[in-house]
Amino acid sequence: MSVAEKKTVSTRKATIAVLVDNEPGVLARVVGLFSGRGYNIDSLTVNEVDESAGLSRITIVTSGSEMVIAQIMAQLQRIVPVHRVCDFVMQGLHVERELALVKVASTGDKRVEALRIADIFRARVVDSTIGSFVFEITGSLEKISAFVDLMRPLGLVDVSRTGVAAISRGPEPI
Amino acid sequence: MTDKQMTGSEILVKVLQDLGVDVVFGYPGGAVLPIYDALSQQNSLRHILVRQEGAAVHAAEGYARSTGKVGVVLVTSGPGATNCVTGLADAWMDSVPVVCLTGQVPTHLIGNDAFQEADTVGITRPCTKHNYLVKEVGDLARVVREAFLVAASGRPGPVVVDLPKDVVTATAAYTRPSAPMQHPSYSPRLKGDPERISEAVDLLAGARRPLIYAGGGVINSGPAASQLLTNLVNMTGIPTTLTLMGLGALPASNRNFIGMVGMHGSLEANMCMHDCDVMLCVGARFDDRVTGRTDAFSPESRKIHIDIDASSINKNIHADVPIVGDCGYVLEHFIKLWKSRQARCDGDALDKWWTQIDAWRQRKSFSYKRSDTVIKPQQALEVLNQRTSGRDDVYFTTEVGQHQMWAAQFLHFEKPNHWMTSGGLGTMGYGLPAALGVQIAHPDALVIDVAGEASILMNMQEMSTLAQYRLPVKAFILNNRWMGMVRQWQEFFFGGRYSESYMDSLPDFVKLAEAYGAVGLRATTPDELEDVVDEMISTPRTVIADIVVDPDENVYPMIPAGAAHNQVTMSPDEEVVLDQAHREEGMVLV
Repeated sequence: MSVAEKKTVSTRKATIAVLVDNEPGVLARVVGLFSGRGYNIDSLTVNEVDESAGLSRITIVTSGSEMVIAQIMAQLQRIVPVHRVCDFVMQGLHVERELALVKVASTGDKRVEALRIADIFRARVVDSTIGSFVFEITGSLEKISAFVDLMRPLGLVDVSRTGVAAISRGPEPI
Repeated sequence: MTDKQMTGSEILVKVLQDLGVDVVFGYPGGAVLPIYDALSQQNSLRHILVRQEGAAVHAAEGYARSTGKVGVVLVTSGPGATNCVTGLADAWMDSVPVVCLTGQVPTHLIGNDAFQEADTVGITRPCTKHNYLVKEVGDLARVVREAFLVAASGRPGPVVVDLPKDVVTATAAYTRPSAPMQHPSYSPRLKGDPERISEAVDLLAGARRPLIYAGGGVINSGPAASQLLTNLVNMTGIPTTLTLMGLGALPASNRNFIGMVGMHGSLEANMCMHDCDVMLCVGARFDDRVTGRTDAFSPESRKIHIDIDASSINKNIHADVPIVGDCGYVLEHFIKLWKSRQARCDGDALDKWWTQIDAWRQRKSFSYKRSDTVIKPQQALEVLNQRTSGRDDVYFTTEVGQHQMWAAQFLHFEKPNHWMTSGGLGTMGYGLPAALGVQIAHPDALVIDVAGEASILMNMQEMSTLAQYRLPVKAFILNNRWMGMVRQWQEFFFGGRYSESYMDSLPDFVKLAEAYGAVGLRATTPDELEDVVDEMISTPRTVIADIVVDPDENVYPMIPAGAAHNQVTMSPDEEVVLDQAHREEGMVLV
């Protein structure tokens, strides 16, 4: 075999859960790993999940070739306060959800249309003035993006998204 | 044992003593004055005062790599800690167990831009295996113990413990724990997967052109792993190459040793890497200096990769049989299985393979042209190797550059832990302080820093430390008046435009030695060389030997960056085999 040709490497999305000790700097360790080694972060969510054991759960959506994703998993496992790392795509069936607050300021037909679309998307109104709504919407990343896109011509002024939270289906923990 | 109230500083000293630490390399300052006060009240822990904090880390590295123990550093906050960053990054890249204790401003001042404050934990996070900020004196003993556990176990590495001044002055009870420490999340895997090892045995036994490629992981695993590797090599008759970091893991005199691999490795090692059909990689990480162009790397081989760090596997090169585990454990298991299956490679195929290797060997890839008038650097190292061979107590360190590569080519190591060089980070200035640390650990040994005149100037101040502790380190400077490796690359890749690589206004190294109370020697012609080497070795004091060598010599063979293993440039007489595309690629690559 002579010199290998440049292969086009296919990439995929990965949703990774990282169970860590809830201690100062642990998020910086995880995020610093991604920036330092040039991996992408598409979404990041972090919060304490077990107060008595002092554990936090970080959910990261990233993308890369299989080799890069395997590297990310191995590099994460190397961090001392990391207890467990799980790639949901490899693990099988799972549920992903994100929550967003979406502020739309408009009047007349546009205001009515915004409310109608919100109803279709099962978004709830959590704040209202004569000229604005704040919608709360939960769903997959794609659903929220679609909703935000539809709100754009209808007076979208602000969006706050939580990032993806993920959990496996069935009775077992990750 | 009853709990006794002690200050944080006293607890720190006690924990270090309990952990068996005998030496600390450091430099005092405001934030660590309480710790230095506690150090002065005891005798079992020796403090070595360096002249710049960066050197303390390299000294600790030298100590650690020549003993297998953890090297310990103590420095103050702010600049004390930031000066350590290069050494920490060096220890991180080369997997050296170091615990670096840094002072910090009192906790109530953290974040206030206080005098000599730096975010040490933030700065050192990406260049350490782990780091800690101790906020309560009650946590101090546990954290320091944990730091040693993390530094020394698994794939070793540097760990920083940041100690605010109020924490080391506060008091707490101290009890020596009876059981060894258990960590809730950190537990490196030592034993490899038996199924994978079984698969690896079958794969290697079926090889027609096998190769063992071993690295620093074998040395880090301990002397037993080097012995197991040697047993495996002798048992199987498989040609074996070592990385820069792995030199000594297999005796250089072993007939199956085919030299160092990589950019300046032997022709036979690199050709074997390219042409082998099964590669057994033990404790090495397919670094870019070893692989050259990854898309042309060993195209026909199936690869077995043993490494304690799962992230080293499949990082650069795909492993067909990945085995996560400690080299020592895995090699032991592998050999047991190899024996019980009475496995062996096809004898005829192996003979044919060796015939081919011998043909490559005949090219004598480390050969060079001698001169009657000027000392060749290779010749200086040949003499040094010859005058030190057969001795058990010789340790070599190096700086970084051409001299480092020649040292790797011409010095022969029969044992592990006798060769200390900055491989991954390539830190100029490493060698002299590392030699200092080695000499502290082995007071009666012959410790030689093979240096370049440019590198050694980066930590020249440590001559003062050598003088203070009467450490008879020998600095063997191959003085070519250039940053040699920079000059070589400018010659090859930048049209001979020697931008800023000439070392002007060099000191007189003989007088410099004398200024530090050491002995200065100089050789300028080949007929002076042997006498100077002999005198250097026999002088029981610190020596700088200024060996004035040919300024134009280049390191060969060379696989230029961006080239494949079979595109080796052998000597200046041979045309550089690069086409224009690769030449441009070489300019971009490091």
